[in-house]
Amino acid sequence: MNWNALRRIRSTIVVWLCGLAVVLALVPLAMILFFVVTRGIFSLNLAFFTHMPAPVGEPGGGMANSIVGTLILISVGALFAVPVGVISGVYAAEFAGTRLATMVQFAADTLNGVPSIVIGVFIYGIAVLPVKQFSAFAGSLALGVMMIPIIIRTTEELVKLVPMSLREGALALGATRGRATLTVVLPAAAPGIITGIVLALARIAGETAPLLFTAFNNRYFSTSLSQPISSLTVQVFNYAISPYEDWHRQAWAGALVLVGLVLLCSILARFATRRLERLQTGQ
Amino acid sequence: MFKGRELGFRLGTGIVAFLVVVIVAAIGFELTRQSTLSLGKFGLSFWINDIWDPVSGEFGARPFIWGTLYSSVLALLLAGPIALGIAIFLSELCPAWARQPLTFLTELLAAIPSIVYGLWGIFVLVPIVRTIQVALPEPLRALPFFYGPPVGVGMMSAVLILAVMVIPFTSSVAREVLKAVPMSQREAAYALGATKWEAIRAALYYARTGIMGAVMLGFGRALGETMAVTMVIGNTPKISLSLLAPQYTMAAVLANEFSEAADDLYLHSLIEIGLLLFIITLLVNAGSRLLIWRMNRPATSRKRVSVAAPIGEAA
Repeated sequence: MNWNALRRIRSTIVVWLCGLAVVLALVPLAMILFFVVTRGIFSLNLAFFTHMPAPVGEPGGGMANSIVGTLILISVGALFAVPVGVISGVYAAEFAGTRLATMVQFAADTLNGVPSIVIGVFIYGIAVLPVKQFSAFAGSLALGVMMIPIIIRTTEELVKLVPMSLREGALALGATRGRATLTVVLPAAAPGIITGIVLALARIAGETAPLLFTAFNNRYFSTSLSQPISSLTVQVFNYAISPYEDWHRQAWAGALVLVGLVLLCSILARFATRRLERLQTGQ
Repeated sequence: MFKGRELGFRLGTGIVAFLVVVIVAAIGFELTRQSTLSLGKFGLSFWINDIWDPVSGEFGARPFIWGTLYSSVLALLLAGPIALGIAIFLSELCPAWARQPLTFLTELLAAIPSIVYGLWGIFVLVPIVRTIQVALPEPLRALPFFYGPPVGVGMMSAVLILAVMVIPFTSSVAREVLKAVPMSQREAAYALGATKWEAIRAALYYARTGIMGAVMLGFGRALGETMAVTMVIGNTPKISLSLLAPQYTMAAVLANEFSEAADDLYLHSLIEIGLLLFIITLLVNAGSRLLIWRMNRPATSRKRVSVAAPIGEAA
């Protein structure tokens, strides 16, 4: 066999190995989705969404308190993370190149890389320890801090995509920078930013680690921000490491809800961004 | 008046933006402040002591540091080549119609919550790993890497699950990096009569710093991963080379013991572990950003200038 044939064979082998790598990554994905769906679907019924957890030994029951808890946690978190994230993102894009903008970009990247459990420890120090009380508020704070860098990045990228001519048009009409941003730039970028925020919310709803010692958990139905609150993820964790079959079934159902939520949002976001891209290229 | 309103906009948004910088600084400050007790009492010996005994008040973090580094390094050894293969396939080889769906699917791996990985790990992966461990041939068992009883729960399960979890991060950055390699690099290789692989290798060589950055980014992710690892690693603070042995990681000990830390020294020791985890991930992430940035510099700086310059002048 000559040298060139060997090179061609080697090239073919590498091409196949790369394809194999994709398959290797898709196998666990398929397995996870398969098990979550097949094991979760049987425990997923109306009662799961409307009933409270059943005591050990009693089959059935639901996660109504945890679902409400997760919704409260991410909404309150978003309440302060969205304004902070969007405004910082606007600053980073509109004043790109300034020292503070670079610092914000760096801080956002850093914050994005901080392990979620460390965020939990941080919030424990500032919001749980001083009042000696786990609370839904502390949990929201932890989730909010995790949302901020994602929202900054999304906002920054989308604001940068808004054509310069739009800004110039507003400025030429005598608008100040602030007014131009608020009435022209942000509305143009809004669909994308909202998509990004929804995606961030879905991702953050799946976080467990930062809630373990901030929101803690609650066996009862609670909507108070100053009390510990249950969340889907922490509840799934507690059920998963318990020794009871019934609770394992509940855990799989909870996992199915979480995965369904994330999948739905990811797919919706994908279609939304595709439409945006088409609009962008179409103009 | 006009000037004042312009300044107001910049100042108003600037203050909020500065808040983000403050948060990052506050994390470092708060973690240090809350771990003064153990910092003062144990000093450097905290990092080299093997014994973690909350009852007698002796705290050494070495088993956790070992577990975190060992599991992350092994996970990257496994995930790195696979992620790189995916990046190459998706950016260089894939037929156009399959590119978008396959990219979406591989990135979906990053969207699945950690707790779902953990649940799947406990009930599906660990039994599979146990079967594999039971079937290990005798000669292999003599090696320190496969020493101990085949219980399933332990380092091997943790490494596998970590590898799956970091693949999407590394592959998506590596793909971006490969996209930034100028077409001319590949064309030049083809013009010299290169095969497909040889052309790819030319592109890989051009992108080497960025690819290192992508791998480091995955490493940072693996270091901080908590729930899934906590659920499958066995949570035993014991240093071992063996893949079969139950071990512990820094993130896992925080997740397990934080809410039951009764006395202040115990709590401060745990927070000090959090502080170290924070510092390590900070350094790893900064390093990875630097590498990726160096790779992308010419392209991004051009883009930045064209977008930003007119605004800068207007303000």
